[in-house]
Amino acid sequence: MAQEIRGGPPVARLVFEPTELEAWDSALVSFVFSAASLAAGAEVDVSALPAGTRRLLDLARAVPPVALGRPPEDNAVTARVGQASLHAWSTAGDAVGFVGEVVLALWAMLRGKARFQGRDLMHAFETAGVGALGIVALINLLIGAVLAFVGAVQLQQFGATVYVANLVAIGITRELGALMTGIVMAGRTGASFAAVLGTMTVNEEVDALKTMGLRPTEFLVLPRVVATSLMLPALVAYADLFGILGGTFAGVALLDLGALQYLRATRESLAVGHVIVGLVKSVAFGMVVSLTGCYYGIRCGRSAAAVGEATTKAVVMGIVLVVVVDAVFTVLLHLLHL
Amino acid sequence: MTAPHLEVRNLTMAYGERVVQQDLSFAIERGQIFVIMGDSGCGKSSLMRHMIGLNRPVAGDVLYDGAALWQASEREQERLRRKFGVLYQSAALFSGMTLAENVSLALVQNAGVTAALAREMAKLKLALVGLAGFEDHHPSEVSGGMRKRAGLARAMALDPEILYFDEPSAGLDPLSSRRLDDLILELRDSAGTTIVLVTHELPSIFELGDNAVFLDAERKTMIAQGKPSELKGSAEPKVRAFLSRGRL
Repeated sequence: MAQEIRGGPPVARLVFEPTELEAWDSALVSFVFSAASLAAGAEVDVSALPAGTRRLLDLARAVPPVALGRPPEDNAVTARVGQASLHAWSTAGDAVGFVGEVVLALWAMLRGKARFQGRDLMHAFETAGVGALGIVALINLLIGAVLAFVGAVQLQQFGATVYVANLVAIGITRELGALMTGIVMAGRTGASFAAVLGTMTVNEEVDALKTMGLRPTEFLVLPRVVATSLMLPALVAYADLFGILGGTFAGVALLDLGALQYLRATRESLAVGHVIVGLVKSVAFGMVVSLTGCYYGIRCGRSAAAVGEATTKAVVMGIVLVVVVDAVFTVLLHLLHL
Repeated sequence: MTAPHLEVRNLTMAYGERVVQQDLSFAIERGQIFVIMGDSGCGKSSLMRHMIGLNRPVAGDVLYDGAALWQASEREQERLRRKFGVLYQSAALFSGMTLAENVSLALVQNAGVTAALAREMAKLKLALVGLAGFEDHHPSEVSGGMRKRAGLARAMALDPEILYFDEPSAGLDPLSSRRLDDLILELRDSAGTTIVLVTHELPSIFELGDNAVFLDAERKTMIAQGKPSELKGSAEPKVRAFLSRGRL
């Protein structure tokens, strides 16, 4: 019918005559309302419709539709790319400003002038440290085992199975222990920070802090960034142990090596430099993960859906940045011959 | 001539390119209960956010005893913010803290009061709003009306000269709402606190308001100012309709 009204000559009169109508619901009202709207300007006769239907129609027509005057969205690829670029540029600028605020807050903390609660700092230590021990141990145990398994299969072809211990020790301490822990923390702690701060933003708690003369960057962000950055090296040292342990299990089970022999090979291959590289990276990962989580939490919109969005963005961006920072470290360390 | 206690001068508010309200100018005297009213979506709460320093206006300023909030340095803004307390629509209590901790936070962080003394003062503030004995309850353990009163106790923590209320009756039953109105009146009468009330609750407007402005969403500016009971006879039909629930 819509096509007939649109395609045919202008409708002068629209009459509704239900002949076999026994019962009706809002589908009938919706149909009549749509038809009458399509035939704008026509005389619409609804007198044969049930009284309840007519009253609902009158109610629906009581307030004329509002022209919101929104400009039509440009869906062209170029327009969307342009809008995404502008958005990314403004977000990057805002994020740099946010990092600057955190640096100032850190400076205030070092001078003993930052205002935050000591127990918030302790709680952040717990969230970013003790609470993550289980998952960090499990992931790194498995990664160590997988690395040993893959290494053993390949090295067996060259009769170099003894080097599996070297592969696992260096791979875990220098690279994978820190990287996997950083990724786990982005999904766990970064998400938690974004969700908590996002909910506080939605509940006007962040506004309340501001009007109480307290700076959210000092009061909420600083303890989380400090705690995560300090806890990550400890977690990574712990992750390294479990990674090597996982490698030992797999190595001993797959290869004809005794546990002591495997661990001796690990000790001989493991230079302090490799461990330090992993620990230094972990401080950067801690900063990246906590800053990303706090940034998206503090900049959260004012709805429940916005909290979910902020959490997702914090996790995705946290993981991406951890990998990017790891890549930057790898290149720099190579250039420095470290 | 002394500057008004609180003054909004030529204020224009916008979100992006969308102007919400423009050219708002009014003054509030010390000890007055001032009502900001208007229909839903006209920008009442936005105006309050601009007055308390959360949103920057695109033009104009807010002056506290002659000191312009938006031209002040960050340090000066923090000093001006201590002149007022805010009760948010949702109460905005910190969910991880008890009611006493919520109230004592500003005392410990801003006034340098010891934790023990801050707790004693928090107990007093909670008792003033009828919440004695609830000091160690968390916000999730008390009713909506009690949360509002705890939010008021927190807003009063530093004995502010001005108290802002954003839709204080929203979500409250008539008795709780009435109790909160009585409390607002008591605060003004006993401590001489200036009250700025954002609301569209007619009983509260008539009972509490000494002075009021009416914001119009269509014209995007204030269209009436005066005592609410007198505004019932305003020349503006929209104001008359609003204050008589459409029964002209």
